[in-house]
Amino acid sequence: MDYGPSERPAGAASLPTAIKILIAGGFGVGKTTMVGAVSETRPLRTEEVLTETGVGIDDLSGVEEKRTTTVAMDFGRITISDDLVLYVFGTPGQDRFWFVWDELALGAIGAVVLADTRRLADCFPSIDYFEGRGTPFVVAVNCFEGATQFRLDEVQTALNLDPGVPVVLCDARRRESSKEVLITLLEHAMKTREARRRAGG
Amino acid sequence: MTGQGDSAEHEWVDDHAGPVVRPYAVTRGRARPVTGTFDLISLVMATRTDVGSESGLGPEHMAIVGLCQRMQSVAEVAAHLDLPVGTVRVLLGDLVARSLVQVREPRATPAGLPDDSVFEAVINGLRAL
Repeated sequence: MDYGPSERPAGAASLPTAIKILIAGGFGVGKTTMVGAVSETRPLRTEEVLTETGVGIDDLSGVEEKRTTTVAMDFGRITISDDLVLYVFGTPGQDRFWFVWDELALGAIGAVVLADTRRLADCFPSIDYFEGRGTPFVVAVNCFEGATQFRLDEVQTALNLDPGVPVVLCDARRRESSKEVLITLLEHAMKTREARRRAGG
Repeated sequence: MTGQGDSAEHEWVDDHAGPVVRPYAVTRGRARPVTGTFDLISLVMATRTDVGSESGLGPEHMAIVGLCQRMQSVAEVAAHLDLPVGTVRVLLGDLVARSLVQVREPRATPAGLPDDSVFEAVINGLRAL
């Protein structure tokens, strides 16, 4: 039996399911741009305030030294249907915020690693992270004007990617293009799942 | 969210200054919610249109109930209230304990991924946008 306030008789079952996709990559590669391109609302920013207890530094006896760091994440929302909402989160750019990544990656159905061919190495940490975690990901090369165009297989080789990882070109400013990247990711995530299911017996 | 449309009295605070109200003051020093875990994408919906004469609730609690007349994720609540996510989790715990909001945690299989029907629905939904 339902209990509690009854102005809204429909129970929790009427709330939609939410899923999330991450957009990762180096600083300035266009993560927030892509979030904004696909989101139905202006991208929002949420902040985590992290407190680390200082160890071995500024050891003032009797005073517990704590430092706080604020990590900002931009995100957007796409309402798929009455019972399904997709959230797209840009990951914090700095590598030292891995603990925030862990929270973001938990339950994420996959990730887009945005790459800029002028600074390809900037996306290595993201790729390493998702490979290590087993999170399905695709690499989307954001086509900046003036950047030398490379063939996708050259990018694949340069990033030393597993041949199964899709590499696509995109324009993170454009909604259609960014949507295609998300669709590629979802298809890849489904395939990855199927492959793992078979491997697992 | 900060820095846009703020009243003149706040102009001396830029985006990097962080929240003007100290997060721990809002939660009265509590770092963790009394109940619940609250993923960033857990969805929250108010169960009442207003909280009436509930005692022990602060203006931020009221603001959440007001905001969640329409369904919002935890991340959206934090963004709209301009409060850190950790602070919002504590406030939501208070509201869940009083049955003032209902929360839907994201669905995941033991493998951490939703089933194929969810993937297909999202792909079709994106194509239709």
